[in-house]
Amino acid sequence: MTPNRIVVGAHYGWRDWLVQRISAVVMAFYTLLVLGLLLWHGGLDYDAWKATFANEPFRLATFVFMLSLLWHAWVGVRNIAMDYIKPVSVRLTFEVAVIASLVAYTGWTIQVLWGGV
Amino acid sequence: MAALDRPVAKPRPVYLNLFAIRQPLPAIVSILHRISGALLFLIGIPLLLWVVQRALASPDAWAQMRSALGHPIAKLTLLVLAWAYFHHFLAGIRHLVMDLHIGMDVPAARRSGAFVLVLAVVLTFAVAVKLW
Repeated sequence: MTPNRIVVGAHYGWRDWLVQRISAVVMAFYTLLVLGLLLWHGGLDYDAWKATFANEPFRLATFVFMLSLLWHAWVGVRNIAMDYIKPVSVRLTFEVAVIASLVAYTGWTIQVLWGGV
Repeated sequence: MAALDRPVAKPRPVYLNLFAIRQPLPAIVSILHRISGALLFLIGIPLLLWVVQRALASPDAWAQMRSALGHPIAKLTLLVLAWAYFHHFLAGIRHLVMDLHIGMDVPAARRSGAFVLVLAVVLTFAVAVKLW
């Protein structure tokens, strides 16, 4: 085992690096999809918006986008915390708050996508 | 430990004052990548969820959301977030391309960095025209 591991240290591996990139590619494709839909509809009105989100494959794609976004945000925010927040207790508290908010956003996302069904 | 006994050729800085150092262009792109990411996390995600939720709730909620976003402060926030998204997106693509070992030398990195900085601002300007 590696000595001197700290509770809020990096994962000493490549997983986060890879997650950051895969989630970025997923979000890039979704961004292009939404841009395409916007151009297709020639703008936004309530009916077009509602019809777009009534489509189950689009809802699932949106959910995959949101999970990518939230996981990507975790990797990035944790990188920032590791660089600027040095006391372990403060960093752990901050990271727990970030994780809690990301889990809450996941719940909010599910509510927005399927709560009205 | 013989290397440590050699006389030091020139004094090394004991601290680095970030504001006294002229940052190279790729460093500016990099710190803006970080700042834009932080903005997207802190404001972007909750605002995105709120907007989509209101937009889907009812025609009235849609209209209220549109008028709330018409407020000058809301427009300014949207503009900042638009810049953050563009910059983060473009700088991220630049990273992915560099992961493929393309454009790794200094002149190419400077050119792509300048391209990211300028294109993000141009796209943000287009959004500003659309918002106002």
